[in-house]
Amino acid sequence: MSTDTTDRSTATAAPRKQRRTTEGTVLTVRDLNVTFPSEAGPVKAVRGLNFDLAAGETMAIVGESGSGKSVSSYAMMGLLPQNARITGSVKLHGDEILNLDDARMSRIRGRELAIIFQDPLSALTPVYSIGDQIVEAIRTHDKSVPKAKAMNRAVELLDLVGIPNPQVRVRSFPHEFSGGMRQRAMIAMAIANDPDVIIADEPTTALDVTIQAQVLEVLKTAQRETGAAMIMITHDLGVVAGIADRVTVMYAGRPVEQGSVDEIFYAPRMPYTIGLLGAVPRLDASEKQPLASLEGNPPSVVNLPPGCPFAPRCPMHQPDCLTAEPPLVPTDRPAHTAACIYSDTIATRELGYADIFPVPDLRPSSLEQAPRESRPTVLELQDLHRHYPLMKGAIFRRRVGTVYAVDGIDLEIRKGETLGLVGESGCGKSTTLLEVLQLKPPTEGNVVVLGKDVREIRSGAERRELRRDLQVVFQDPMASLDPRLPVFDIIAEPMTVQKMDKQAVEKRVRELMALVGLEPSHADRYPQHFSGGQRQRIGIARALALEPKLLVLDEPVSALDVSIQAGVINLLDELKTRLGLSYLFVAHDLSVVRHIADRVAVMYLGKLVEVGDVDRVFDHPTHPYTQALLSAIPLPDPEKERSRQRILLTGDLPSPANPPSGCKFRTRCPKFQTLSESQQQLCIDTPPDLFDLGVPDHRSACHYNAELQVI
Amino acid sequence: MGRYLVRRLINYIILLFVAISLAYLLAATALNPRALYEVRNPPLPPASIEASLRQYNLSDKVPILERYWIWLKGVLFHWNWGYSPTGIPVGPEVARRIGVSTRLLVLGTFIGIISGVAAGAWSAVRQYGVRDRVLTVISLILLSTPTFVSATILIILATDFNNSTGIPFFEFTGETGQQGTEPLAWLWDRLQHLLLPTLVLVMVNFPFFVRIQRNLMLDSLGADYVRTARAKGLRKERAVMKHALRTSLIPTGTYFAFSVATLFTGAAFTETIFSFNGLGQYGVTTISGNDVNGTVAVTAFSGVCVLVGAMLSDVMVAILDPRVRLS
Amino acid sequence: MSEQLIGEQVVAAELSGETDNPTPEEQRSGKRLNRRQLIVRRFLRNKTAVVGLVVFLLLALLAIVGPYVTPWGWDQIDDSSFLSPPSASHWLGTTQEGRDVLALTIKGLSKSMLVGVLVALLSTSMAALVGSVAAYFGMIVEKTLLWIIDLLLVIPSFLIIAVISTGGPQGAYSWLLLVLLLAAFGWMLTARVVRSLTLALKDLDYVQAARFMSVPAPTIIVRHILPNISSLLVVDATLNVGGAILGETGLSYFGFGIQPPDTSLGTLIADGQSSATVFPWIFLSPAILLVIIVLSVNAIGDGLRDALDPNSGASGRAM
Repeated sequence: MSTDTTDRSTATAAPRKQRRTTEGTVLTVRDLNVTFPSEAGPVKAVRGLNFDLAAGETMAIVGESGSGKSVSSYAMMGLLPQNARITGSVKLHGDEILNLDDARMSRIRGRELAIIFQDPLSALTPVYSIGDQIVEAIRTHDKSVPKAKAMNRAVELLDLVGIPNPQVRVRSFPHEFSGGMRQRAMIAMAIANDPDVIIADEPTTALDVTIQAQVLEVLKTAQRETGAAMIMITHDLGVVAGIADRVTVMYAGRPVEQGSVDEIFYAPRMPYTIGLLGAVPRLDASEKQPLASLEGNPPSVVNLPPGCPFAPRCPMHQPDCLTAEPPLVPTDRPAHTAACIYSDTIATRELGYADIFPVPDLRPSSLEQAPRESRPTVLELQDLHRHYPLMKGAIFRRRVGTVYAVDGIDLEIRKGETLGLVGESGCGKSTTLLEVLQLKPPTEGNVVVLGKDVREIRSGAERRELRRDLQVVFQDPMASLDPRLPVFDIIAEPMTVQKMDKQAVEKRVRELMALVGLEPSHADRYPQHFSGGQRQRIGIARALALEPKLLVLDEPVSALDVSIQAGVINLLDELKTRLGLSYLFVAHDLSVVRHIADRVAVMYLGKLVEVGDVDRVFDHPTHPYTQALLSAIPLPDPEKERSRQRILLTGDLPSPANPPSGCKFRTRCPKFQTLSESQQQLCIDTPPDLFDLGVPDHRSACHYNAELQVI
Repeated sequence: MGRYLVRRLINYIILLFVAISLAYLLAATALNPRALYEVRNPPLPPASIEASLRQYNLSDKVPILERYWIWLKGVLFHWNWGYSPTGIPVGPEVARRIGVSTRLLVLGTFIGIISGVAAGAWSAVRQYGVRDRVLTVISLILLSTPTFVSATILIILATDFNNSTGIPFFEFTGETGQQGTEPLAWLWDRLQHLLLPTLVLVMVNFPFFVRIQRNLMLDSLGADYVRTARAKGLRKERAVMKHALRTSLIPTGTYFAFSVATLFTGAAFTETIFSFNGLGQYGVTTISGNDVNGTVAVTAFSGVCVLVGAMLSDVMVAILDPRVRLS
Repeated sequence: MSEQLIGEQVVAAELSGETDNPTPEEQRSGKRLNRRQLIVRRFLRNKTAVVGLVVFLLLALLAIVGPYVTPWGWDQIDDSSFLSPPSASHWLGTTQEGRDVLALTIKGLSKSMLVGVLVALLSTSMAALVGSVAAYFGMIVEKTLLWIIDLLLVIPSFLIIAVISTGGPQGAYSWLLLVLLLAAFGWMLTARVVRSLTLALKDLDYVQAARFMSVPAPTIIVRHILPNISSLLVVDATLNVGGAILGETGLSYFGFGIQPPDTSLGTLIADGQSSATVFPWIFLSPAILLVIIVLSVNAIGDGLRDALDPNSGASGRAM
């Protein structure tokens, strides 16, 4: 193991770095338990976590919010609040590091054990430059390094993590960096001292997919450079498939399945893992497959009843599941453990998610069977522009420019149809949605809702009338419901505004609650008494109150955990068929869009770059941006991930206040770089139109359109 | 940035102009200088009262806007802030009293603020410890005790001390008293007179800054970047000092700048009780003495202080916070 | 944000009652508390705040019932004792004119408390109204209101209130004018805070949702915005009671506020202060009562703030 074991005894006294092991186990975790005191009783956040981590290996800890995956990593780092009670054992190179005092732990943190946090903005101190913060990481552990030398090392590190112009950027402050760059800086800081273990806590959750792909690549580079073992904490099964060697699945504070990444993805033995995998919409599924719906919610870890914590949600559960919590035991497969007393049954009968979990019946509505052209148009955007003045100054605000948030888009939605509007943050999709919802004339162009031209709306009453048919469901189920109103009042609000009869409202609210799968007798509860998925259902009930024809869905599932998300998607699918609704579905998650949408429109910097039938666009993406976007999305399929070639975009989205001339994508376009100078000139001078591609319902805005398979 | 500051300055000047004009109109309507002359014994002839009042632009028989106009011209073109009902020019009086107030206030304010910030940060790190609780209670008590109560209690205690020891150690009237002949006796004398008022001012500023700094510090103690600093290997104390404290000083800096600039406005009680003829005391005496111009001059000066404070706060933020400095 | 320091969040969520939907078992176990119960519980755990509340209620009781139980009336003059120290017949002594200090103090206490509570209610309402309207409507409305706020902040309120109350109408109800003036100059800072909170709320989806339903603006402000900043308003109103009492007593101390023959703690302190070193009881009774009442209000305000805001640190914090 260690070639420098002689001074092991003095290692804690002198900050001498041990030789790193290149093979064998670096980190051993045994029976880790974390408990927090709380008003309602002790919160058992982590219960009995065990694993070994070898050098250079990557283990993913997967779980939904509240599963204890982050708490366990903070416990290993000794960064939990003092009121946390931590028991068990964490051994680094064979030395116990759990519950060390702060002085001794500080010598390990950052030097042998490094961590990358989720939110790179709040994790960097705003008042020190990036360089100073990296230098601090270096000099904390080795005072003998002169400042200038440490600064040079900081520049090298920034260069390594792919920050352009590192000599200059090293002097920047965190707020001058974009989210992706900040996360790179965090990675640089984490690897500054060549750590043996890197813990990455949801490192890409706050980032857009194309940036996520870049950062994951940087993480792999960092791991290669340091030879460190990595613990990847994430809820995203796609990320896991792409980066992990081994996987630990956690549920209600407890590991419920452990094994190699292929084992977990291809031979799961615990119903929760199976359900989780079945609940993820697949980007690579051309046939629309139904999603597994996991009913119910993860249990509160305050007062866990005896038995398997997943049993209440498990369709397979038997009375004996409730007697004792099943331990993590070996399965029929080598090096694969699962905490389910029926894992053998699953193995022998080869049960898949569709066998265990209820899946909805996906029959297309009669409407969808009618040809698209014959159906009436419910929403039409004609050359829609929305420009905002860019203001500066606190008291005398003055205009210093224009933000071209939406810069000329044409779209239409037919009855019974779902249009997915996708793009990264800042592409203008939210603005487009607001333009539709506001029912006010845009800067330029026009919005026509159900045949009604918004420029011709003269009065508030007319607008209110039109709003009966146009409703919205928001992204954040907590923020979209007034916490001070009982659910009844929330769902009733649109009807109250339309001055509906009180008794009719009463009846309708109960109807709606039943429709979206909520218990009507819960109408007098407040939103905070419901879980995220249930809150989103309340939001949907409110949107459906007036029997609208068009529903605008603003990232309706992105704030939800995977297992909850599937239920909401299934509900939306079902409602569409039953009520003949049309959806404008705005999302950044292309897998969800592929699952739910009939047509898709890809936006970049206020313009549409590709529009068409969803399967056609996903299988034959023609615009370089669509190709990059699709290729950036990790697939929950380790084998495919290993063989996939990613198109990595360089840099960040340009400011919509100062977009490039000609084709707006050309500054980041991989194809642009392969063109000859004269060919490039066309991209620089002429903004491309949406060209017809000669196939029905597929248009793309590239001068050099060419198909590419990327999934 | 330069243009921005100029615009801001213009806005402030407009604000100030409106505020002072309003103050003039209010004071000229509400205060009644004539009453001062009418209660004289023997009574003055009405014509001579009117003549004196008109001489100082204080006669309520002259339309108020006309008086305002005369006063405004005086201020703008001659920097003449008018006269008291007894004919004393207001401007020089204010200038003299600014000096008195400064000598009284600077020491106590600074000691109070600096010790308050230090104690607040110290206390936040020990949140809910015994020392934190004691400090919190002390600052709550001090915060709830108005100056005229704390000053008077100090005076009662000081008198008791002087009486029981027979040494007139504590002084509590005026800036100076009887001096000895030794060298530096004048300084000793002044310090003796400053001791109690300074203590009172510390008691005003200390608890305020303890609370501000404690709350800010608590906010930044829980910040993610402190956790990052510890994850890098900084010990808890060092992470707190270098990262949490430094960041939490940004808002404190604005309060500090504002408090220093508005030093003069809250001192009426201290000055009155300890008989310092400063600006605060002037504000009170001018109002009870129906001195329209004096009142307006004090109001104007306070207004300027508030705006300078606002400006200084911005400058302070720009110095302390790179997010503001670099955008 | 999906799982940062979950421990803290779980704890915070438990405290703010934002846990997931309780299963029937959980409900039956009676462990769950609603928001109001949690606030009460957290408030009650704060000993300082509870003492403050008890003291405040006792003082209020004293102010109301006191005049009926004290042996002397506040305007009664005892010709047999002038400037007498506390004794069996005059529990807190008498003044120069031979009036009973206890009766006077109770009289002053009731007036000061009345002024404090009224001013707090008025100024907090004003702040809520102006702040939310400014933020909600934005544009020229916001600019105008902010400018007025700045203007009122530039004018030294103490001097202006003194000027107006000196020149204003005198008489038995002149204290109402004082209430109005104190309120008129006491709302600006809170209004700014309300404005910034409203700005944040305005962008929240549930307010947007209401807008997209064509809910009229006044309804949105009253139904969706103000209830959601009620914590701030409650805390602010409480602390304003203390501020207003200090403002009133300060003005009265200089003879600008409550005018004789009306009595407040401020006028009593002013009367007693000149001879405080010789006849301390005249000064000390109202002064100590003043400190106690402001202290109790501040303690209640702090306790409420901690109880209403789970992030204020009352639930423990990292490190």
